[in-house]
Amino acid sequence: MKIAISATGKDLDSQIDPRFGRCQYFIFVDPQTMEFEVSENEGLMASGGAGVQAAQLVVRKGANVLITGNLGPNAASALSASGIKVHLVSGGTVKEVVEAYKSGTLKVVSGPTVPPHFGKPF
Amino acid sequence: MIISIASGKGGTGKTTVAVNLALSLLKESTQLIDCDVEEPNSHLFLKPNIHQVTSVGISVPRIDESKCTYCGKCAQVCEYHAIAVILKNVLVFDELCHGCGACSYLCPEKAISEVERGIGIVQEGSSNGIPFVNGVLNVGEPMASPLIRKVKERIWKDKIVILDAPPGTACPVIETVKGSDFCILVTEPTPFGLNDLELAVGMLEKLGIPRGVVVNKVDVGNREVWDYCQSKNIPVLMEIPMDREIAESYSKGIPIVFENPCYAPLFLSLFQKVEKLYGECRRK
Repeated sequence: MKIAISATGKDLDSQIDPRFGRCQYFIFVDPQTMEFEVSENEGLMASGGAGVQAAQLVVRKGANVLITGNLGPNAASALSASGIKVHLVSGGTVKEVVEAYKSGTLKVVSGPTVPPHFGKPF
Repeated sequence: MIISIASGKGGTGKTTVAVNLALSLLKESTQLIDCDVEEPNSHLFLKPNIHQVTSVGISVPRIDESKCTYCGKCAQVCEYHAIAVILKNVLVFDELCHGCGACSYLCPEKAISEVERGIGIVQEGSSNGIPFVNGVLNVGEPMASPLIRKVKERIWKDKIVILDAPPGTACPVIETVKGSDFCILVTEPTPFGLNDLELAVGMLEKLGIPRGVVVNKVDVGNREVWDYCQSKNIPVLMEIPMDREIAESYSKGIPIVFENPCYAPLFLSLFQKVEKLYGECRRK
């Protein structure tokens, strides 16, 4: 079991990043052992296609679940093809959202929640 | 000779300079091309008769899933993430595709063909005897550069070609100005005008295009634009006053050289300065 989480920092006490394609880091956590691995998000400054790129990274890393703040339309289609379950949160640390996931209180999302280019920093 | 009219900041007077410059030269030796395909406006002043309209598209990939082995080479090679291979799914995001063709070229199974996706039109016509071309990008379409390339294919090299560029310093501007013999940067003497002029000069330095500045609305702001041009050794080729008559004729869609013919020699003199500077650059 592996959970991908968009995060603003590189450890379990980092706040989650509400942007998916434009987040700072992805943290991949095993919810049983709380062991984790960090990947930088290469799409952060991409001119376009950041959501698709991020979705491919999450798939490549073998995540079963994604926890993030928002999803654009392209990321949503790519993730829906992957079968990865997506949960939305509005804030909290990585550790807190993993606990929330384990307690079963996170809502599942299947479509986009924001328009294209929503998280673009420029 | 190709002269592009650009500016970092929008609304400084690119179209005013492009249109009035074209109208001040000999009709038979001039061509005006509006490359601001996202928001063309030269036609509002020139009111051209359009005699040819051509659709422009870019080639986007279509996957034959019966041949596809989901190897993922197409997704790896795509610089713009327009293809994603996820498990046994190939997703194509048409609006991200720049139409380079790398995916179909590299597909080991020859499973990718290309279809045309329309992005806009090129219009050709004439106004007051001057050949006129513009491009109109479809509303909501992000790919301006491929349409600008098609618009520029209509350049008649033996004429004095005036290219009205989009504002800014991003891809559509670079696509427009590259290949120009000279670029006129239009600015206004304000801190915003100066900031964006510096960006535009930086772009032209990288592209190696000779340049000069036209300062519009000279009675506003301060002298920093002139100080900057002097420090960079960039010639100020023309100054256009902050004149109510210009604003009024603009608002009616009438070129100022028609409303007040006194301006025509000033634009002709602008061209002569450009021609002289271009000649000097070529000798170097």
